[in-house]
Amino acid sequence: MSGEAVITVRGLRKAYGDVVAVRELDLDVHAGEVIAFLGPNGAGKTTTVEILEGFRDRDAGEVSVLGEDPARAGGAWRGRIGVVLQESEPPGLLTVREALELFAGYFPHPRRVDDTIAQVGLEPQASQRAAKLSGGQKRRLDVAMALIGDPDLLFLDEPTTGFDPAARREAWEIIASLSALGKTVFLTTHYMEEAQRLADRVAIVNEGRIVAEGAPETLVGGRAAQATIAFSPPAAELPAGLSATARPASRGTVELRTERVVEDLAILTGWAREAGHDLPGLTVTRPSLEDVYLELTR
Amino acid sequence: MSLVLHQFRYDQKQFWREPTSVFFTVALPLIFFTLFAAIFGSEETVVNGHKIETSTYYVPAILALAMINATFVNLTVWLTIERERGQLKRVRATPVPAWVVIAGRTLTSAAVAAIMVVVVCGFGAVLYGVELPTSTLPGVVVSVVVGTFSLAALGFAAAGLVPSENAAPPVANVLVLPLEFISGIFVPSDQIPDWMDSIASVFPVKPLFDSLLDAFDPVATGIGVAWGDLAVVAAWGVAGGILALRLFRWSPRR
Repeated sequence: MSGEAVITVRGLRKAYGDVVAVRELDLDVHAGEVIAFLGPNGAGKTTTVEILEGFRDRDAGEVSVLGEDPARAGGAWRGRIGVVLQESEPPGLLTVREALELFAGYFPHPRRVDDTIAQVGLEPQASQRAAKLSGGQKRRLDVAMALIGDPDLLFLDEPTTGFDPAARREAWEIIASLSALGKTVFLTTHYMEEAQRLADRVAIVNEGRIVAEGAPETLVGGRAAQATIAFSPPAAELPAGLSATARPASRGTVELRTERVVEDLAILTGWAREAGHDLPGLTVTRPSLEDVYLELTR
Repeated sequence: MSLVLHQFRYDQKQFWREPTSVFFTVALPLIFFTLFAAIFGSEETVVNGHKIETSTYYVPAILALAMINATFVNLTVWLTIERERGQLKRVRATPVPAWVVIAGRTLTSAAVAAIMVVVVCGFGAVLYGVELPTSTLPGVVVSVVVGTFSLAALGFAAAGLVPSENAAPPVANVLVLPLEFISGIFVPSDQIPDWMDSIASVFPVKPLFDSLLDAFDPVATGIGVAWGDLAVVAAWGVAGGILALRLFRWSPRR
């Protein structure tokens, strides 16, 4: 990710009355990257995105999106961004093709309507009115309407909230295909799996601040030294030499939190093999992005 | 300008595909016309101090009704729905200038109003033998133009006031129906008490109707433009435009 800076944010601040939505937020997004803004409801995700999209004013801080200040940018700048709002419906009385033709007319160098319909997999519904589409199909049309202007940068604000698992997977495939087109994608979500699947880089946001940032693997990796060994203990006493004390966990199992995973596991399994213990339910788990996220946003 | 036409084309499609708005704008005025002509048709009504056929009276009355529904009611409801569903906000995220969207919507309702002028006049002439204005045709045209754009401006303002999608149709009708009643759109104006008539004269519906009625009056002379009445309508239009600038929103209220 060494592309040019597409979004630069320094010290962004925004309050609604006494409620501070965004405080001292810094962020850099580079060309061609998919960045996920991951955080619980009310973390300041939508406020941040709407400031970047030019819909909201900020109280303080420097913001540059595609080299311009979104608060002052004009039509030419808007022609280079694509926006999928958290809540918006496509025009229900127009067909998929008509809605895209209408939006194509707004942009100086639009993509071809048919290619864009194919890109989001709506060919079978091309002549159907938008009102008749399923929730997932409407969202795909939404993405197509954001894509029709051939933008350099796409904002997707919680694109799969409220979807069933099948529709979510469909949406993920589409979003993954956008980065293949070389677009920079700014995604907000409160789904861990979504961020992990789609993003090159994740910024975890809580209470208006970025509390952790990095590739999904590195975010987890930093905390991956520790693992948890869990099993149902036999009636006998556990062997000596383990680096941590086994503590009782759920359903009669015990848990061992250790940084010396391999050694402890060797002691434990060696002992069990000699004494003929079964160690039912034996698992070794490393922290997931979800654990990191829950720890940081608690 | 070609962008306005582009917007207009797709707005037209959307208007004619919405059964409720087509019913209220096109069918309902014609149903009312038929009903009123059946109830009061055999009588005469006093206009400008002389008697005219009641069916002649109802052509400009129904025309005013159709224009109000095509512009004010239609825009209030449509713009509120589009705003609350995030569609207007979404359009604002594209390079299209705001005035293009506003012009597209306004011209769409103006075109519908113009179509209704032809439909209502044809309806009256064919079914009731109403004599259509010739020398006073400029009066009809000026009234329709001033009325359409003034009512459209008021529609943009009212949409800014309406809080939610569900509230839009009742709010639009509450504003419009009482005025239509006291302005003589439904009941002939010679049966409306003077005090009610004076109240009605302050609002835009009665002056608009009167200006059309003057042009349809068989004994009218000159080109039939009622400048005084139209000045009242236009003043409301300007007030509507100023209010709209303050009240109109692109983002959902919720």
